[in-house]
Amino acid sequence: MKKAQTALNYFILLVMALVSVFPLWFMVVSCFNESKDILAGRLLPGNHFLDNFQKLIGETIFIDSLINSIKYTIIGTAASVLICALAGYAFEVYHDKAKDRVMTTVLLSMMVPGAATLVPMFVLYSKLHLLNTTLGFILPSFSTVLLVMLFRQATKSFPMELVDAARIDGQNEIMIFFRIYCPIMKSTFACAVIITAMNLWNDYLWGLVVLQSQDMRTIQVFLASLSGGYSIDYGVLMLAVTLSTLPLTIVFFFLQKSFVQSIAGAVK
Amino acid sequence: MKSKANRRLTIKHSRIGWCFIIPMLFCLILSKLYPMLHAFWLSFQSGVGMNLTFSGFENYRRMLQDKTFQQSMFNTFIYLAVQLPIMLALALLTAKLLNEKKLKFKGFFRTAVFLPSVTAVVSYSLVFRSLFAVNGSVNQWLMSLHIIDNEINWFGDPWLARFVIILALIWRWTGYNSIFYLSGMQSIDPEIYEAAKIDGASGRKAFWKITVPLLRPIILLTAISTTNGTLQLFAEPRNITNGGPANATLAISNYIYSVSFDYVPKFGYSAAMSYIVFLIVAVLAIIQIKVGDKRE
Repeated sequence: MKKAQTALNYFILLVMALVSVFPLWFMVVSCFNESKDILAGRLLPGNHFLDNFQKLIGETIFIDSLINSIKYTIIGTAASVLICALAGYAFEVYHDKAKDRVMTTVLLSMMVPGAATLVPMFVLYSKLHLLNTTLGFILPSFSTVLLVMLFRQATKSFPMELVDAARIDGQNEIMIFFRIYCPIMKSTFACAVIITAMNLWNDYLWGLVVLQSQDMRTIQVFLASLSGGYSIDYGVLMLAVTLSTLPLTIVFFFLQKSFVQSIAGAVK
Repeated sequence: MKSKANRRLTIKHSRIGWCFIIPMLFCLILSKLYPMLHAFWLSFQSGVGMNLTFSGFENYRRMLQDKTFQQSMFNTFIYLAVQLPIMLALALLTAKLLNEKKLKFKGFFRTAVFLPSVTAVVSYSLVFRSLFAVNGSVNQWLMSLHIIDNEINWFGDPWLARFVIILALIWRWTGYNSIFYLSGMQSIDPEIYEAAKIDGASGRKAFWKITVPLLRPIILLTAISTTNGTLQLFAEPRNITNGGPANATLAISNYIYSVSFDYVPKFGYSAAMSYIVFLIVAVLAIIQIKVGDKRE
């Protein structure tokens, strides 16, 4: 009975793993095949990779949108993590009644769905001349409530004695944050970097709205435009999709361990 | 004397604290709080583009007669009602299996299950779109296995098209949610299970009587964020089915987007619809919190 149960568990897990990996396998293999084979459901790599690659690089603005998205993601992630870490740290270290009240408001704002503020944000950003600018695209991520929450929660387990000791040593508050807090909280920062980079890289709707000129396009908007025509070249499409998935996958595997640890910490 | 110096220090520190918070708060006002208030004001105005005049409840009245709006609402609720329970149950099951102490190849299973959550919404939408195209792979495979005789037009039938979108959603988000459950399960004290075993509760009983109740806050969190995410569904219908056939897969955000940006922009009307979405999210979240707390 117990053995049957274990076998069943492995079977279920195996099916889940296969179902999870299968579309990704199909996506990667299709980079090496031509449209006709992809539609026919070929599951082994062929020899059309170079054809697809040349078409993707030569005939589309793939490289430009890729560079755009890398730029937005790096600048946006650095700024967002710093701004939210400072806020989360301050909500805990300098907390008083007023700040706790503000924190509650910040938490409540998480309930506001992005779609609900789309139009007024577009109107506001066009008045502030932020349309088609890098700042316009990344500004909303500077107030990611999830990150503020993550840092506030993580700061609760940060030893305050270190802050007191540094104050006695005469270090000023901002130095304490950068020199003492940041190095110790490395895994929280790694988690924050993954969350923010994923959000920025994967964003579609806001990029579509705020970056309407072609030379500012994000990779996601570019991908969607590739499939817009009547005859879609699936080989080129799958190559573009695969290449655009690669950077995040690398970042994720690099920081995976601290990511899972931090979620565990935040959940507690 | 000393206490006075201390007090001054705390006032100073409190001010420094505000300085640390203000950049985030400023951006929050700019991209959440002010737009939220502005949306409320916009929703009582109508006109084309930025030429808006006050029109009272006109926009809200219009929603009651707008068939496309009602259709997109219906679709969104179908997505939510079907996807939420199936996905969270699957995620819970996955997490439970991954949490088995004696499980071999744990790293492999965990990575495989979590892999879909690394893919971008547009990317996986396009993969699903090509898989389920009329002349696409899924039809070919099903035909070569003799499960079907003729190609199925997945995107030509309202329910089949919705099915593909729900399938894609479950594929993308199950692993993501199971990571939260897994970390929750790992923080449960093993001694609780030992004690339960002595009392004769193990296996399935321990799962329902100990694990699930202890995970309730996390389940609540994932339920709320899934609700929020599903009501904002945008990229999948746009890239898998383009809202078709005949708006049968159009989600509410797709409709709001097209009213605001596709043809003649009607910002007032789209703001009114946005407000309804916001209210629904808020009401559902309150219900979920109430239900989640009740069973304490």
